[in-house]
Parts: sequence; C-alpha cells; structure tokens
Amino acid sequence: MTDTALSSLPTIAESPAAAASTASLTAKTRRRQALAYLQAAPMALVFLVFFVVPLALTLIVSFWEYNEYEIIPSFTVQNYIDVFEGCLNTADACTTVRTYLSTLKFCALTWACTLLIGFTVAYFVAFHVRSKTMQMALFLVCTIPFWTSNVIRMISWIPLLGRNGLVNDTLMGMGLIRAPIEGLLYSDFSVVLAFVHLNTVFMIVPIFNSMARIDRSLIEAAYDSGATGWQTLWNVVVPLAKPGIAIGSIFVITLVMGDFVTVGVMGGQQIASVGKVIQVQMSALQLPAAAANAVVLLGAVMLMIVAMTRLIDLRKEL
Amino acid sequence: MDVELIRLTKRYGGTTAVDGIDLKVRSGAYCCLLGPSGCGKTTTLRMIGGHETVSSGDVVIGPRAVGDATPAERGTAMMFQSYALFPHLNCRDNVAFSLKMRGIAKAERRAKALAMLDLVQMAHLAERLPAQLSGGQQQRVALARALVTGPKVLLLDEPLSALDPFLRVRMRTELKRLQAELGITFIHVTHSQEEAMALSDLVVVMNGGRIEQAADPRTVFERPATAFVARFIGGHNIIRLPDATEVAVRADRMRLGPQAGPEAVPARVVSVEYQGTSVHVGFEADGLGGEAATALTAVIDDRAYAGHPLALGQTVPLGWDADAAHRLSA
Repeated sequence: MTDTALSSLPTIAESPAAAASTASLTAKTRRRQALAYLQAAPMALVFLVFFVVPLALTLIVSFWEYNEYEIIPSFTVQNYIDVFEGCLNTADACTTVRTYLSTLKFCALTWACTLLIGFTVAYFVAFHVRSKTMQMALFLVCTIPFWTSNVIRMISWIPLLGRNGLVNDTLMGMGLIRAPIEGLLYSDFSVVLAFVHLNTVFMIVPIFNSMARIDRSLIEAAYDSGATGWQTLWNVVVPLAKPGIAIGSIFVITLVMGDFVTVGVMGGQQIASVGKVIQVQMSALQLPAAAANAVVLLGAVMLMIVAMTRLIDLRKEL
Repeated sequence: MDVELIRLTKRYGGTTAVDGIDLKVRSGAYCCLLGPSGCGKTTTLRMIGGHETVSSGDVVIGPRAVGDATPAERGTAMMFQSYALFPHLNCRDNVAFSLKMRGIAKAERRAKALAMLDLVQMAHLAERLPAQLSGGQQQRVALARALVTGPKVLLLDEPLSALDPFLRVRMRTELKRLQAELGITFIHVTHSQEEAMALSDLVVVMNGGRIEQAADPRTVFERPATAFVARFIGGHNIIRLPDATEVAVRADRMRLGPQAGPEAVPARVVSVEYQGTSVHVGFEADGLGGEAATALTAVIDDRAYAGHPLALGQTVPLGWDADAAHRLSA
C-alpha cells in the first residue's frame, strides 16, 4: 500500500496526463520498481556469491565433525569447545587467549603507529599543500608501495633488517654498535614495522577525506578566537576528522586481526596469531576447527567495530 | 578604540588588492566598507583583523600599530561571511570556544556564553547544533561568539548577505542597536549601498583597491566625490556638461516640462516605473556631452506625476535645479 503511494508520486510529477489512467499508472510503477531492483541486482549478486554464501558455509562447517580422515556433516559444538579448551582454568591463559592477546597487541601497536603517521601525513597534505594538483601527486606517491605485491614488500625488509643486513652493517660501520642487533628481524618489532608499512595508507586516505571537507574558515574562526595551533588541532581538526579516523581504524584493525602472512614472514614463523592458527588448521584439513576459529575471530572483530561505532556515530557524521 | 590605516597595501604576486589606503575610524563608530566585489574591501577587513599579512603600511588599533599580532592581541573579533560556526559544537560551546581557549573554567565560560546568547535572543536554543538552526539564528550565534571576549573592534564580513531580504532588514536594525548598546567600533563590509547608508556613521566607498570617498552617509549621497561613487550609491544622474566637466544630479532633483529651466534638454521617455510614493521615469537625452544618447532618470513625486502623466516615446524638456548639480572630480 505504501509503495504504490510513494512510487506514484514521481510519475504524477513527471506527466500529469498519466494520472488519468490508473491502470497504466500501476503498470508503469511496477516497471519502475522492477528497474530499480535490476539496477541493484549486480551488486547484490556479488555480495551474495562472494560474501553471504561463503560466510554461511563457514558457519555451517564450523558445526561439523571431523577426524583424521574425513569431515562429517552433523551438528556439534565440539569445535567451539576445542577453541576455548582450558580457558576456564584461571591459573594461566589458554592457547587461544594467549594467541588473541598477541594478535591484539600487534593490532594496538599497528593502530597507534598508523594513526599517528596517517593523521600527520593527511594533515600535511590537506592543510599545508595548497594546490590540488600537488595534493593529487602526493597522494599517488603514498600509493607507490602498492604497485608491488605485499609479500614482496615484506620480503624487501629482510635484507635491510637481517643479522648482516643494511641497518646492522651501517651501524657497525659507523661504530655505533659492536655486535649486530638481533631483534630487528623475526621479532615483534619487524612484524609491527611491516604492518605499519602495509596499512598506513588505509589510514591516510579516509582521514584526508574528512580533513578535506573541513571548511577553512573554521580554522580562521579558531585563530580569531585566540586558539593556538595545537588548540585548533585538538578542538577543531581532530573532532571533525573523527569519521575518517574511525573508518581508517576499521580498515587497519580488520586487516591486522585476520593477518597470517605478515606475522609468518616477518616473525620468522615463530610468532602465533589468530590468522596463523586458522591457516595451520586449514592446511591440516581440519576445516571444521578452522571454521569455528574463523567464526570466533569474526565475532571478536565485530565486537571491536561495534565498540568503535559506539564512540562515533558514523552514519551521522558522514 | 580608534582604528587607523596608514598607506595600507596588499599585493598578491603581481596584482595589488589594496593600494596604499589611509583611513581613520574613530572609536565607537559604525564604519561600512562599501564597494563592488574585488574592490579590496574584504582584504582590508582581513588585514585589520590579522587574518591577512600586510604587504606594506600599518594597521593602528588604539595606541599602537598591531604589526603581526594575533586577533586576540589586537582586541578585534571577526564575524565571518559563512558564520564559520563549529559544526561539532552546540551554540553554547561555540560561543564559549574562545573562553575555553583562554583557559577559563567550564562553569564560568558557560555562564558567560549563555549571557551572550541571551543578548542576541538565542539562549533558548543554546543546546542546538549549528546545522539545526536557520540562517538568521546561525548569524546571531556567530555574533554572540564574536562578542563574548569583549572585543574593542568588531569586524563583520558581509554579515547580512546570506539572509533573505526581510530578515536582512531586521538584522540590520539589530546590529545597529547592539553597536549603540556596546559602544564599540564596528567595521562592516558590504556591497549593498542601502545597508551602508542605513547603518554607518562612516561610509568608505572603495574601488580597485583604493578609497574613492570616506565620509558620513549624507555627504556621500549629497556630494559624491567621483562619478564612480555617484553611480555606485545610485539615485544620481551623471551628466557631462559642454565644458567637459561632469556633474552629479540627484534623480529627485530633476525638473520636467515648464519647471525645467533654461538649460533644459529635450529628452525622450523610455521607461516609467511606478514605485508607490514616487515614479521613476527613464529618459534618453541627446546633446549632452558625447555622441551617444545619455540615459537619465527622474524620480517624480507620485502626485506630481498623476497631474502630468507621461507616455513612452514622448519628448519633454528635462532640466535640473542649478544648486542640485554637484561637480565631480575626475
């Protein structure tokens, strides 16, 4: 009932003559609606095939049974019990909790670094670069690392950070250190470094986008009100860049939480991460266990995003 | 506080936006910078407010040249054309912003902000965000924000241009009332001569980065200094006399028919506009100065017009009172 009322409005507005015949009106309205669905169909189809179906399958498989030889369709929560095995023991943390803590640590460190760098770069491009052409050029410069695969970008750190790598050699050559620094590669440091390298651009772009929308007269108004540069930054720029910060944070957090390649390569396959656990289970063909882990990870990431959107109402701010 | 501009100049690369202007605005005056767009009036205002660097010359506010002091140090406050209210802060916090920047405690700054909002009759909407306000309401909040720190000079950049005509007249009255109440210097940029006439003690007509005339509104209207001023203020006919000098004659001092006097020229009626209290009649007259016909306007009292109505295309003698002709400088 409401859809005829709503969709008949534009038709009447377009051609008053058509309103005379109700039959032709409804036919036209229906065609219009069909067209609208048709227009939305390709995207809906892509979502269905590449997002909804795999997710549903993962969810289903997470409840199946498995043994060394086969996967048996059934309904059991054993996989989830296995994920949290020993977690009720409060004396020392179970594997899952320890893995999550490690991943969260990387996540927090990467988030802090990318936010700091991303905000600074975006601020520079948005407020200190005057010409639009120059802004575009600098933006392209930011994307240059993406011209190669991310595995190659990671591997390229190895000759730099290794035991006999460029950094150690240089420092030793300058006489600043006697023995090579061991912790440069295959350590928490190198993992975070690679994460920051890979993900900072996901912070820069949305933050720049929010900043570009800030009316320059607001900055002048703040100056007129006696605000110092830092006061303007904190009281005007940061609050107005919040939507960009939130979107960038969602990108970085989801990417780091699900990662297993970077932690593997840069951690020398010695550091655990949630993604790595899932990958190992997959390669052992323990698909139901991997699926259960994936569902738990998905839940954890969604909780983080919900918490973040609680802080900032994204739809309101966009 | 007195505001004085001494040989004030602003150059952007090769172009000169403000060209060595001198001006003195005495304390407590309502000054309007009037001119077409691109005449340098906004640049001048921004230099007074410290939002634009000075290429050469000085801005003197009160006893001292301000150099590159910040707006707060100058004792000026600016009301921006787009109002520039912070979209993430409600009205009260917008007004309290500069107090917050000065480190004034929350309770005190909120009380002050509310008092200021009360002054502009916006206290009842203190919790609203700027996006939830109408243009006129936003303007009141912007005014309160500019006034909250007690500036000595208030700078207004086309404050009424975004409002509809009805609201514009109302806010105009209110600005004048506030200025009288506070007794501080207002410098107001506008391109509307009507606004400048209605508000100011001192009208500064600018053109091409220079001041054409700076005087009280009556002087500007009675004795426009240049042809530009006479044209911009409106209500004047600019007539080139046989000796090549130019005079301005107020349109309401033109004389028609028998009263036209000995120097009358034959003029053809090209338009008649009824305006209620008066009738604006457009003429074209040959034989005044140049080759082309001169367009002239006469404003005739409605009763006088009713007595002698004119038809389009009719030719009548058109002259002016000799003492109404004001000579213009080149």
